[in-house]
Amino acid sequence: MAAIITIFIAAILTDNFVLSKFLGICPFLGVSKKLNTAVGMSAAVIFVMLLATAVTYPIQVHILDVYDLGYLQTIVFILVIAALVQLVEIVLKKYIPSLYKSLGIYLPLITTNCAVLGVTLLNFTKTVDGRGLTYIEALVNSLGAGLGFMLAMVIFAGVRSRVEQSDAPEALKGLPITLIAASIVSVGFLGFAGLGA
Amino acid sequence: MKIIQTFTKGIVKENPVLRLVLGTCPTLAVTTMASNAIGMGAAATLVLLCSNIAISALRKVIPDKVRIPAYITIIAGFVTMVQMLVKAFAPAINDSLGIFLPLIVVNCIILGRAEMFASKNSVVPSIFDALGMGVGFTATLLCMGTIREILGNGTWFGLPITQGVIPPMLIMILPPGGFFVFGILMALANKLSGDGKKAELGCAGCPMAASCGSANLGECSSEKKAQTEEETKAEAVAAVSEGGDK
Repeated sequence: MAAIITIFIAAILTDNFVLSKFLGICPFLGVSKKLNTAVGMSAAVIFVMLLATAVTYPIQVHILDVYDLGYLQTIVFILVIAALVQLVEIVLKKYIPSLYKSLGIYLPLITTNCAVLGVTLLNFTKTVDGRGLTYIEALVNSLGAGLGFMLAMVIFAGVRSRVEQSDAPEALKGLPITLIAASIVSVGFLGFAGLGA
Repeated sequence: MKIIQTFTKGIVKENPVLRLVLGTCPTLAVTTMASNAIGMGAAATLVLLCSNIAISALRKVIPDKVRIPAYITIIAGFVTMVQMLVKAFAPAINDSLGIFLPLIVVNCIILGRAEMFASKNSVVPSIFDALGMGVGFTATLLCMGTIREILGNGTWFGLPITQGVIPPMLIMILPPGGFFVFGILMALANKLSGDGKKAELGCAGCPMAASCGSANLGECSSEKKAQTEEETKAEAVAAVSEGGDK
């Protein structure tokens, strides 16, 4: 139980996917202009991360490891994720159009989001108490990573709405000042680094 | 002549990182040391070169509807090969790049060039396009890696440079330093390019734009920006007057 809590907190705060691991920077910069789009995108990312972990973990443990096919990890994972995202999109479109309207539009972007592939790969490199993650712990890790992504997106959407109105020097306007603002938000997250110890 | 332009545009005018804002994740993550930057740049360039050749050669065979999954499969194949090569011949680079080596699969530069260039051009121009983009990517990474390593650690490629003169500023090799240096470099590129065009995270470079509902709504497109600029100004005025009232 203690291990699960440690993994969860670490994934959200100390190892924040966006601000300390640099995964998913494109949506972080691209979709954080408005709070509602930031929340919609993050919700879709959390959903896909959980689903991707739920599917890729058994594939790795029961197929790739058993038949000594570890080198196929990258290619199998990305294809599984791409197919999964496509499937989710079709199902949502057909059966839950209201959810499709709010989350579905972000799904194609998520296929090539390095945070999703990243979390499925990191589930096998991360260790807790000197051993690899179990299935449940991997799912908790993905949930934490997704929530951390959402936290960073929501915080940054707030910061950004102010930055957009600021009177920055001409060359810094737009993305450069946004990146510098992200740097300052990231300093805030450095403060959580002590939590891990 | 045109071939040379195809090569050079990737280095300056359409620099994938600073002008097209693609591949931001590896740019920020691996540039803590100049040697990592070179390793990442070389690996990505090799994958880009191979995938551009394969995709441009197969461009008439791949059906339009399933082109993105086909491209992803081709790219993932080459990434796996590069991963094995790096593991065998440069294990140190493999350790320091870690998860970002397999993540080359989802690097927007590679899928972006497949969609924008290789799927529409023959093999030879695609080779030069890949080389130009690869050199542009590597040069930008090296530039960032140099700045961050010298300021943050006092070394360059591991050799002591400013030790004893300037105390190392650790924050430069921590995540905030990455965002900061990237922001400053992009501002410099905006300033020096002189054509008044800003680096913009737009749908122009995004390979998923065609299938993305968000792009159709104009959420991340640069065209929408022009329209909303007036709205933003109006909002700003409203915010200022509101502040005055308080």
